[in-house]
Amino acid sequence: MAISSSESLDIRTSDDVVRVRQQVRTRAVEAGLSLVDQTKIITAASELARNALDYAGGGMVLIEMAEEGGRRGVRLTFADQGPGIADIGLALKDGYTTGNGLGLGLSGARRLSNEFSIESKVGEGTKVTIARWK
Amino acid sequence: MDRIPILKLGSALLVTIQVDMHDRLATALEEDLTAKIVATGAKGVLIDISALEIVDSFIGRMLDNIAAVSRILDAVTVVVGMRPAVAITLVELGLSLSGVNTALNVDRGMALIQRRLADAEAVDGNIEQ
Repeated sequence: MAISSSESLDIRTSDDVVRVRQQVRTRAVEAGLSLVDQTKIITAASELARNALDYAGGGMVLIEMAEEGGRRGVRLTFADQGPGIADIGLALKDGYTTGNGLGLGLSGARRLSNEFSIESKVGEGTKVTIARWK
Repeated sequence: MDRIPILKLGSALLVTIQVDMHDRLATALEEDLTAKIVATGAKGVLIDISALEIVDSFIGRMLDNIAAVSRILDAVTVVVGMRPAVAITLVELGLSLSGVNTALNVDRGMALIQRRLADAEAVDGNIEQ
């Protein structure tokens, strides 16, 4: 896979969540994603950025324009140094939450993406990578 | 802090969301709208989201909350103008907004509120007889 551009943004406040959405939108348009696909990746980014803020007190996102096998897309990696997730299977269940949200953030972001991977260590943090291809 | 304006339109309140809302703004709207329903005795709330490019679970929950609180305060909430891509994404995200009335645009939303009002008055009339 070739990465043609990458940038990272801090997620410290709810204004940063808005900024992440706007930047992901710009890149999704550049990658030539359809309107529905743009909407899906922006929405998934919003969920994951808010998760980083609410559960880890903040984090960062790496936004990459990627090309693989002739198709273009956007890949996002959200990383935080928060408490980590003890049971990832449970965290991916619809409706499960340890906060006061709806429990749809992680499971919803997964459904809205073409690729989804998550790594987490209790006490060290969580890294979620998603991608949406044209 | 910024606030989203709430306009009074006959017996309804009209909110047009035109900015990409950060979370505090969404929470403030919920509180402002609740206060305004009580202050004006409004029977309906129209929320125009045609300018919104996405509705995530936070905004979805805000819409659900507004509808639930309005209902308790005897007002009906109608969300209007949702973009097709937003609707598709919302369902895939897992949110069906089952507690919220929707209409395609402001005109249809207003008609829905007026129909509800007429129905309610007819029921009141029957009880009095």
